[in-house]
This record gives sequence, C-alpha cells and structure tokens, in this order.
Amino acid sequence: MFPWLTVLIAWPLVGAAVVGLSALVRRRTGPAGGGTGLARPLALVFSLVEVGLLVGAFLAFDTGAADEHQLGTTASWIPQIGTSYAVAVDGVGLLLVALSVVLVPLVLLAAWREQGHDEVRLRRFVALVLLLEAFMVAVFSARDVFLFYVLFEAMLIPAYFLIGGFGQGPGRRRAAVKFLMFSLGGGLIMLAAVIALYFLAVSNGVDPSRAFLVDELVAVDLGTTAERLMFVGFFIAFAIKAPMVPVHSWLPDVAGNATPGTSTLLICVLDKVGTFGMLTLCLPLFPEASRWAAPFVIALAVISVLYGAVMAIMQTDLLRLVGWTSVSHFGFIILGIFTFTPLGTAGSSFMMLNHGLATGALFLVAGFLVSRHPERSQKIAAYSGLRSTTPVLAGTFLVAGLATLSLPGLATFASEIMVLIGAFGGEPAGSAAWTLAAVPGVVLAAVYVLLTYQKIFTGAPAAGLETLPDLRVRERVVAAPLVAGLLVLGFVPSLALTYVNAPAEQSVAAVTAVDVPADAAAQMGSDK
Amino acid sequence: MTTFVPPEIDWLALAPLIVVLGAGVVGILVEAFVPARARRTTQIVLALAALAGGLAFVAVLWPQIVAQPVQVVGGSVTLTPFALAAQGIVAVLAFLGVLVVADRTSTGQDAFAPTASAVPGTSYEDLARRAGLVQTEIYPLLLFATGGMMLFASTDDLVVMFIALEVLSLPLYVLCATARRRRLLSQEAAAKYFLLGAFASALFIFGVALIYGFAGTVRLLQIAQQVQGGMLPLEGMSVLLVAGVLLVTVGLLFKVGAVPFHAWTPDVYTGAPTPITGFMAACTKAAAVVALVQVLYRTSIGVQAVDPQILRQLQVVIVVVAIATMVVGAVVGSVQSDVKRLLAYSSIAHAGFLLVGIAGFNAQVQASTLFYLLAYGLSTVGAFAVVTLVRERRVASGSRSGEDNGPVADDGVVLGEATEIAQWAGLGRKAPWLTAAFGIFLLSMAGIPLTAGFVAKFGAFSGAVTGGLWWLAVLGVLASIVTVAFYLRLLVVMVFRRADDETVPEQVPDAEDLDASETAGASGGTAPAALATAQVTAAQRVVVTVARSRGPAAVAVAVCAVATVILGVFPSPVLDLVEQASKFVP
Repeated sequence: MFPWLTVLIAWPLVGAAVVGLSALVRRRTGPAGGGTGLARPLALVFSLVEVGLLVGAFLAFDTGAADEHQLGTTASWIPQIGTSYAVAVDGVGLLLVALSVVLVPLVLLAAWREQGHDEVRLRRFVALVLLLEAFMVAVFSARDVFLFYVLFEAMLIPAYFLIGGFGQGPGRRRAAVKFLMFSLGGGLIMLAAVIALYFLAVSNGVDPSRAFLVDELVAVDLGTTAERLMFVGFFIAFAIKAPMVPVHSWLPDVAGNATPGTSTLLICVLDKVGTFGMLTLCLPLFPEASRWAAPFVIALAVISVLYGAVMAIMQTDLLRLVGWTSVSHFGFIILGIFTFTPLGTAGSSFMMLNHGLATGALFLVAGFLVSRHPERSQKIAAYSGLRSTTPVLAGTFLVAGLATLSLPGLATFASEIMVLIGAFGGEPAGSAAWTLAAVPGVVLAAVYVLLTYQKIFTGAPAAGLETLPDLRVRERVVAAPLVAGLLVLGFVPSLALTYVNAPAEQSVAAVTAVDVPADAAAQMGSDK
Repeated sequence: MTTFVPPEIDWLALAPLIVVLGAGVVGILVEAFVPARARRTTQIVLALAALAGGLAFVAVLWPQIVAQPVQVVGGSVTLTPFALAAQGIVAVLAFLGVLVVADRTSTGQDAFAPTASAVPGTSYEDLARRAGLVQTEIYPLLLFATGGMMLFASTDDLVVMFIALEVLSLPLYVLCATARRRRLLSQEAAAKYFLLGAFASALFIFGVALIYGFAGTVRLLQIAQQVQGGMLPLEGMSVLLVAGVLLVTVGLLFKVGAVPFHAWTPDVYTGAPTPITGFMAACTKAAAVVALVQVLYRTSIGVQAVDPQILRQLQVVIVVVAIATMVVGAVVGSVQSDVKRLLAYSSIAHAGFLLVGIAGFNAQVQASTLFYLLAYGLSTVGAFAVVTLVRERRVASGSRSGEDNGPVADDGVVLGEATEIAQWAGLGRKAPWLTAAFGIFLLSMAGIPLTAGFVAKFGAFSGAVTGGLWWLAVLGVLASIVTVAFYLRLLVVMVFRRADDETVPEQVPDAEDLDASETAGASGGTAPAALATAQVTAAQRVVVTVARSRGPAAVAVAVCAVATVILGVFPSPVLDLVEQASKFVP
C-alpha cells in the first residue's frame, strides 16, 4: 500500500530544503540582492503539489471504515526505548491534515507581499512555513505517543521564529517568548506522563519495543491513580495548546503581534493539536480518568466560551479580537468532546475543521485590511465606512464574520448546533446546565462580529481611507476557497460528517465502556 | 626449586593502553629533544595520533573481546567488552578534550600559564610571558591521565586499580594548577584537589587492605569465588569485607563527584583551566563510574554469598548517595551565578542520575551507564569548549598594557573568560552558531528528547525501574526537572536577554541572524537608546566578546553537537554496541 502520509510529511520537508538551497541558484544567475528570487514561487508550487497529494490520500482513504487508522506506515525507530515511527489517520485526523495542507498555499499567497523584498528574509519565511506544514501533518497522524510528543515540541521551533522573527507587532519578541514558555512548560509535564505511561505499559506486559504505540497502550489497565495523574499531565499540555482558560493568555498576544498568516497557521491549525490530542489520546488512553475529570473540564470549557467572547467584545485591536474569539470557539470544541455523546463529539471534530476555515478567513481578511491602512494600524477605531470603498473586502469579511457567529447556512452552524445538542444530553453530571450556560456565547459572538463590522465598514469613510484599493486578484484567490468551503460544508455537512461520525462513535464507546468507581464519583461531588 | 615461568602476555589486548601511555613517554622525550618552535605542534600531533590509535586498537579488539573476554598479565588487566567499551569512550572524549586544549583561539594564547611553576604576580612570571614560553608538558600529562583512566576501567585487581587511580590523578592535580589567568584560584584548586584526592586514595587503599585481610586476594572475581567456595582465611569476619568494600566505594565516589564527597568539584572545576575542566569532567567521571560499577557488581556476588542482607545494605548506601547527589546538584546548581560552577553542579547532578541507574543492580544497567557516560561526556566537553571562547574584552580607551598582553583584537585586549551568567546575555546575537551548539549541550544535559541526554536518562532510570526502585526513578525525574529549570534559565539569558554592552556595530557581523535586521530598523525606540548608553559607558567598561577558534576547538564543538543530536535521533546502532558490551556479566 502506498504510504500516503509519509509522503505528505516528507514533501514539505523536501520543499523547505529546496527553498533553502535555491539561494545557491540565485547567486549564480540572478542579480545580487534583487527581489526576483525563487523562494516564494517554489514554496507555492511545493504547497500546491502537496494539495494534489492530499487529493490522492482522500481517494485512497476508505470512508466506510473512517474509524480505523489508515494510509499509514509503521517502522521501528529506536527499538531499545520502544519508540516507533508510526503514522496513520482516522477520519478526524485526515480532515485536520487536509486543513493544514489547504491553508498553507493560501497563507503563502496571502503573505506574498508581506515580508518585503529582502530575499534572505523571504526565503527563511517560506522555508519555515513549509517546515511547520510537515510537522503539522505529522503530528495529526502520529500513532506513537513518543513521536507525537517529539513533534508536539518540534513544532515550537518554526512557530517561535515565525512569531518572533517575522511578526508585525512591536511586542512580537515578547509574545514569541511567552508562547514558547507556555508550550514548553506544558510539554515537559506531558513528557513526564509519556514516560510514566511507557513504564506502566511495560510492567503490564506490553512488548518493550512497541510500548509507545497508541494501539498497544489503549489496552493497558493503568490503575486508577496512575491513570488520573497521567491524564492530568497530558491534559495540561493540551489545554495550553488549545488554549483554554486559565492557560490561554499567550494567545491574544501572539494574535496581536504575529502576521495574520502565521496566526492562521498557529491558531487555526497548530492549536487544534490540543483538542485533537484530547480526543484521540486522552479519551482512549485514559477513559476512566476522562470521565472523572469531565465535570471540571466542562466547567472550564464553558468559562472559556463566555470569557473569550466577553474579552473579544472589549478588544480595540482587530487581530487580538480574532484571537479571543478562538478562545471562545475552542471552549465549544472541548465542551463537545468531554460530554461524551456521539453527536457532540462528531460536532466537535467537524468544528475543528470549520473553525480553521472561518477563523482563517477572518485572520487573513483582517490582514488584508490592515495592510491597506497607511500606518498598518490594527486598531478597530482607525477604520470606518469602508463598505463603499472596498465592497468585496467588506463582503468577504462579513461572510467570515458570519461564519464565526455560526449563521445557519454556513458550516459552522451545523457543527455548533451539533455540539450544543450533543452536550445538552451529555453523560457527565451537570452537562445540561453547563450547556445552557454556554448558549449566551452564541449571542455574544453576534455582538463582537456585528459590532466590529459596523465600526469598520459602515458610516462615513474615515479621513485618509477614502481611496483604499479593494481586494486584488491574489487576495480574492486566497479568500475564495475558504468562503466556498464554508458554504459547501454548510449546505452539505455530510461531506465532512462521513469522516467524523464513525471515529466519534468509537471514541465515545471507548469512554462510556468503563465505569467510574463509586468512591471516586462521591469524592468528585465533594470537590466541585 | 621453582623455575621462572615467563607470563604469557597478549600484547594486542594491551595495545590501546600501550599506545596511549607509550605516547606519553615519547612526549616527555619530545620535551627534551625537539626544538622549542616545533615542540607544541609535535606534541599535539603525537597526542591526537596516540588517542586515535588507542581508539583504533579498541575497534580492532572489539570482535575478539565480545566473543571471549581475556585476562592479561594474570588478570591485572581484565578486558571484558564492558571495560573495552569504557576504554573507547575515554579515548573518544579525551581526543575531543585535547582538541579543545590545543586551540589557541584568535587571541593567540592557549589557556595555560607560560610557566606554571612561577609564583603568580612575580617578575619571573612576567619575564616568561614576554619571552613567549609555552608549557607543552600538558600534552604528555594528558596522555598519562588518559592512560590511567583506561587502565582504571579495565582491571580486576584492586592494587592495579589503585595504581591506575594515582596515574590518572597526579597529572590532573598538576594540570589544574596551570591556568593562564586567575592563577591563584587555579593553584588553590589544585591544592584542594590534591589534598582531598590524597585522602580519598588513602581510604581506597585502606579498603583494599581490609578486603585482602578478609579474602586473601585483591582480585575481585577471586574474592567472589573464594567466598562461594568457602575458602576464607578469616571466616566469620565478614565485617571486614563490608567495611573494605565501603571504603573502596568511598574512594571511587570521590572521583565520581558524588555527595558527600563532592566538595572539591565546584572549586576545582572553576579554578582549573577550562579545557582541562572539560576533559576532567568527562573522562574522569567515565573511568570512575565504570570502575565503580565493576567493583560493586563483582563484589556483590561475593557479598551475596556471605549474607544477602549485606547486599541489601550496600544498595541502600548507593541509593542514599544517589538521592543526596541529585538533590544537592540540582538545588545548589540552580542558585549559581557562574557558568563554570553551574556546569560543575550539573556534573554532580549527573553523577546522581548515573547512580540511580547503578543502584538498580542489574545487568541492563551496564549498557545504559556506558551510553550515559558517552552522552554526558560529549555535551560536557562541548560545553566547556564553548566557555573557553566566550571572553571579556577591555575596550581600547581604558587599556593600559596593549603590547605585552598578547595580540590586540580590533579595538581592545581580549582578557579571560566571561563566566558570569549575566555576561552571557545576548550571546545569541553575537555568535548564533556557538549559542546553538551550547543550547544543544544544555538540552542534552537536561534530557530533552531528540538529544543524546534523553536516551541516556531514559536508560538510567529504566535501570532503576527494572531493579524495583521505581520511586527512585521518580525522584530522578523530579531532580531532572529542577536541572531543566537552570539550564533553561541560562539558555534564556543567552538567547532572549539583551546584553548591556550591545551596540549596533557589534551586530553588523552577524547580519545573517534572523533578528538583526529588524533591530537595526523597525523596532524603533529601544535600539538608539541602547546605543546611547553603550557609548557613554563603553570607555571604562569590559565588554563580552567571542574569541574565534583557530580550528580545533570549533571542530570539537561541532563534533560534540552533531554527535549529541545523532545519538538522540538515531541511537540504535550505539545502543546495540553498548548492549553487546554488557553481554558478559560481570
């Protein structure tokens, strides 16, 4: 069988290497120091070929068995310490791989003029983006806990440089360090849990040379205390990534200081590792502990929904606002995952995809808007009345915004309603009440989207902004696939749901199959 | 009348030792007969060739020894695969260490005093410096020390082990006293090391005497056989054996640098010339740990036959020492403000991690210990090599003695090493490659995945878990987390903090750096302000600069960094080798 995922991982790496080596070519043929480099076109070609490979992977994927992990490769990596190179995806993983692969060429196109004409800088930028793409594809398909951990940390390197080296805000370096420290801290806790998991697995009779494989680990009975400790270890790392209140504070800083393209990759794709990890590692590996922790997690998720939305309303910086809306949306995704219903879990999986499209569109369009301002101001108050001067930009922003507030007819509506209905009937105590508490989040979303649209695009044009150009062809090409995706998936959600339903049912079945010990349930009641 | 029977000697098995020690002897002849201007080059080439040759013989011997261990000269040298692998590791690390020693850097000076015997601050010292004297005896001394270490790791005879201990220690005492700068500190370090080392040697030999009194032999394997066979001169006096083994262990733990026998480590590591510190930290620890493993594991067979309870108690001793060592290394290390002292405490902590594995008392530990020593040694030699290159520079206007202090580097005199952690701020901009290499070493010492240190710690701690000491492994992980904190702190200072003396001209050479262009341009307010303060204070200030390596040290750093990464990502071949090395137990 053709190793689709390995090829999908390797191709961007080849791309990054070729882009790096293109420096040699240019020095021989092109003018020294000119801006006529090969880096951007090369990177774009590589990322488009990657999309072609992705189509192949989709065709090879058997949707009838979407809950099975397919297209993969398993090879021994360091047998002495039990690690393997094991990649494979189920339907959810495949959708997230697709999201990363599709967004990369759009981000490259969107950032076409963003980094000026300095050839060295441009080359670094696109190489880092391709590197990040390889890591993202790999992390969504890793089926070995150690490999997953390594990729989880390795992603930080390109992400750090993209934020700190290529950001636009004055606080980019600070934001990059904050991002790095949060992620590293969470990662180290997770590492301890990963290693403990290995030793427990070995002591439970798992073959030591395969003891990091997820498929081997799911069968291990860890014992209540150990399982809960490890769940906490994994969960903290994922909650930081996700980002969930109270460990979210790095995200608005990053959103406000990175370029919109970086933010798109980071928040729309990379952060999905958090929720993806909860769904595909926490739940199957620690089913009992997941149920034990669910009431607490649900509470935090709903707090994230409301707090993120309220903070978004209060923002004066457009990109920070988009960042805060993500905190709110990640809350919904986590709510769906930890209420353990097939409907809610499928909704969350679907929402991971939709949030990527909607928020990605919003980030990129906001970026186009900011790039038009003479001073590149990110302040909402710096704009007004742009609907008449830049109608297409306004329209695209509105569609992306409406997708963010989950308007019926757009994909996000389907997923959000699935999450809410699913969560309402969730199994953990208090699911219904917490779900009702989260509903105002939907209304608040309308407030932050529509108010922002009103401030920026309606009224009289602000001084100096009367002659802004509308979206260029390149920018329309970036926005069109995202808007089309949101519309198509809005009307035919089954296109995506065929991929997520079976895995959702399987993970819920895995969790609900175990019982929470009675004493633990009692203790849990007294805790909360 | 007995006839003299000449012993059968397997010369090939002795070849690695003979090459290294023989080259040391030749080195002394070189001192006497080779003209002064060619002496340094000759010594360096000789030393490197000897170590490479020793390593080559280890490789040649490997298949033979793995198939069948040999005892040479009546067991004085016992070549098991484990011992041979230790010889190889010591040779590799010593080779890299000598490369660092040999580097004169762009300042034109190596790290050693022109005449170490001159009293610091006297006119004689001044004369020697003006005359351009070079102390080339360090190379034979290094070879003797290395040969001693290789013998130390590969003998079964406690008396030979004692001799090897002295052969490795005495040159090190001398080398510690030879620093070019801060000479009083260097001599104080040597005196401390000598006194405490002599004390430890005395304990060791006293332990050997007690063991001999009990068993009538100083051969470790024979002791085990005697005990098991019930042929003991002093039956019922097993306390002699216990006390003897404990005293020998103390002597070895001193060399390992384990708490409570660690007190010399920070001072000696700080005072010794930095290339020597790197050599000493990596190689001595490797040899001493291997010797400790052999003594403990071989005597444990005998001890177990006398009374299984005693083995239990011996294990408790090692466990307690391991815990104390980890805790002291990690906790005291995290409050250090000097890079060399920080690395010294880090080496203490690593001794603790090694002991965690050893305390597991099982065969698997031998393999993981070897890997650990290699991983730790590579990052240690590399890290100290980086320390030698980070220097202070007196800015021109304040300079008093431009001529006699060596060649002048652009606008000021390059002084000694800048070892204050605060001085390392902003190094990431001044020397991105060096910082990256140092970062790899720190991450490896911290045990972050994809570096050799992770695989090493994984092996050591899983040795403890296999031995039933999972709680000790948990303590080890906790101590590791504390050490991670201080490694990261150093890394953060280097990469993220801006140097006080950072000026725009300083950034020009590394415009390649990702961040340089934006500091010069876009970021606005901060750069001009920094420039202004730098200009005001530069006149009376010592700034931090990075001396360029003349080649050898850069090669050593690069090899260490690349090897650290390769051993982290694809350790399987090396793990297979060390697995073979632990085939014959003990």
